[in-house]
Parts: sequence; C-alpha cells; structure tokens
Amino acid sequence: MRIGVITFPGSLDDVDAARAVRLAGAEPVALWHADHDLRDVDAVVLPGGFSYGDYLRAGAIAARAPLMQDVVDRARKGMPVLGICNGFQVLCEAGLLPGALTRNSHLHFRNRDQQLRIERADTAWTSSYGEGQTIVVPVKNGEGRYVAAPAELERLEGEGRVAVRYVGGNPNGSLRDIAGVTSEDGRVVGLMPHPEHAVEDLTGPSTDGLGFFTSVLKAVVSA
Amino acid sequence: MPQVVVDVVLKPEISDPQGQAVLGALGRLGHTQVTGVRQGKHFVLDVEGSLSRADLEQIAETLLANPVIEDVELHLPTD
Repeated sequence: MRIGVITFPGSLDDVDAARAVRLAGAEPVALWHADHDLRDVDAVVLPGGFSYGDYLRAGAIAARAPLMQDVVDRARKGMPVLGICNGFQVLCEAGLLPGALTRNSHLHFRNRDQQLRIERADTAWTSSYGEGQTIVVPVKNGEGRYVAAPAELERLEGEGRVAVRYVGGNPNGSLRDIAGVTSEDGRVVGLMPHPEHAVEDLTGPSTDGLGFFTSVLKAVVSA
Repeated sequence: MPQVVVDVVLKPEISDPQGQAVLGALGRLGHTQVTGVRQGKHFVLDVEGSLSRADLEQIAETLLANPVIEDVELHLPTD
C-alpha cells in the first residue's frame, strides 16, 4: 500500500507524517505540490506546517497548487485523504471539507498534549479506534479555531460529520470543540491536532496517533 | 494602469479576535470613544487590458477571499 505525503513550500511535518505511515505498515511516497503526478498512491496525507508562510490565509495558496487539483478529483472518487493542521486548512480552502480555520480566539500559539474524543470510528482514518474513545496527541497551532455558519454547524452535527472533538479544554476556541471533521462519504478527514507526533514512546506523549494511519490500511483494502 | 481595489472583511457573524485586540489597545491608549474594530485586508490589483466585473468577482471569491468566513467589496476604476 502506497500512501503519499505532499510537501508544499513551508510544510514542516511531512517527514514525521511519512514516518508514521511507515510505522503503520505502509509505504510512504513523497509527493511534490507542483507536480501533476500522484504516483499511483492509494491515499494521501497533507502534513502540517506553514505553507507559503500562511500568506493570504492559512492553506489558501497551497489549496490552489497543481497537485491539489488531482487530489480533489481523486478524493471525489473515494480516495482517502487526511489533512493534519495546515493540511486541514488546505482541505477546507480546497472545498473538500466544510468550514474554515481562523485565528485562535486567545491569539496565542497553543502547543500542548491534548485529549480528544473519537466521535466517528467509521471513517477511512478512524476505524482503528472505538467510538467515544479518548486519546492524547499533541496540538500546536495559531490558526486552529474551527468556524462555520450556525446553520452549517447544525447540518454537520446532524449528519455526524464531526469526527473528533477536544475534551479536557478547548485549545483554540473552536466552535463546539470541533477538532476534526469528515466528508460526507467518510473518506476525507481534516484534523487540527497532530497524530503523527504520537506514534512512538520515545518522542510522543503516547502512541495513540498511530491509529489514524493503521485505519486507512483497512479502508483501502475494503474499497 | 487601471487599478482595482478589493477589500476583504470577516463576515459580521465571525468573531475577530485581532480586531478585539486592537480595540483593547485603543482603550489602553485612552481612545474610549472607539467601541468596535474589525480588521480586514486591502488588495490593489494593477490590471492590463480588459477584465470584466465577472472576472474580478471570480478572482475575489475564489482566491482573495474565503466566502465561508469573508465578504468582498470590489472597487472598480469607474467607481
């Protein structure tokens, strides 16, 4: 199984994401934002970082990169895509996920270990968890406050599109404690916290993050 | 060269913590008569040849602004 990790100018966590993919048992494939080539990958991870220095809006310019058109086309046909932090911002800007990520309500960059509750254990990226399971992974962002219009939020809640929620404190003022959302078909997931930093005892607060990367192995096989 | 100005502001229902921080600073400077601040972006586009209003709206709404959270004001040269 080949899982692509896209590097944009300003990506930071692409190497950690590739490492998490490998530890989960898949082959990480480096993808470059300016190529029109997905290199026969089965799924794609958009890593964290500060693509284009967060100019214009976080993720806005990366969302218009040549490779993103291919990602959008394939995602609409069911290819699993996970966007982490800046990658989540890119997915919202690309129109693959609803809502937007804005400046943290307290204006501070927040960096800490964060408790999360898995609300949906049936998406391509969360099936290794149990519904309602609590995990701990790092969160680190300055523009992580999830917002959407009130009617849109109601619709998302009604459709069960909130995949992951903050518990034990909301790090950025996200509406309804939303830490991650999923597409209608459950194949695309955006997540503000960083599961790729919690895959080994030596470096993470837990190994709870590995489940996102093992989940997709089953999702691709079953597709 | 004709210039088009595009102002982008957060929708009224989206909270603006940066604007609130500016408002707080104004209060500390004694400017208590200012009761609200909304921070936005101001783009000046140099345009060569013709660009229709529809083209400009497309530019503004697909790149310069995110319609999920922001409103756009176009100011054409004839305005």
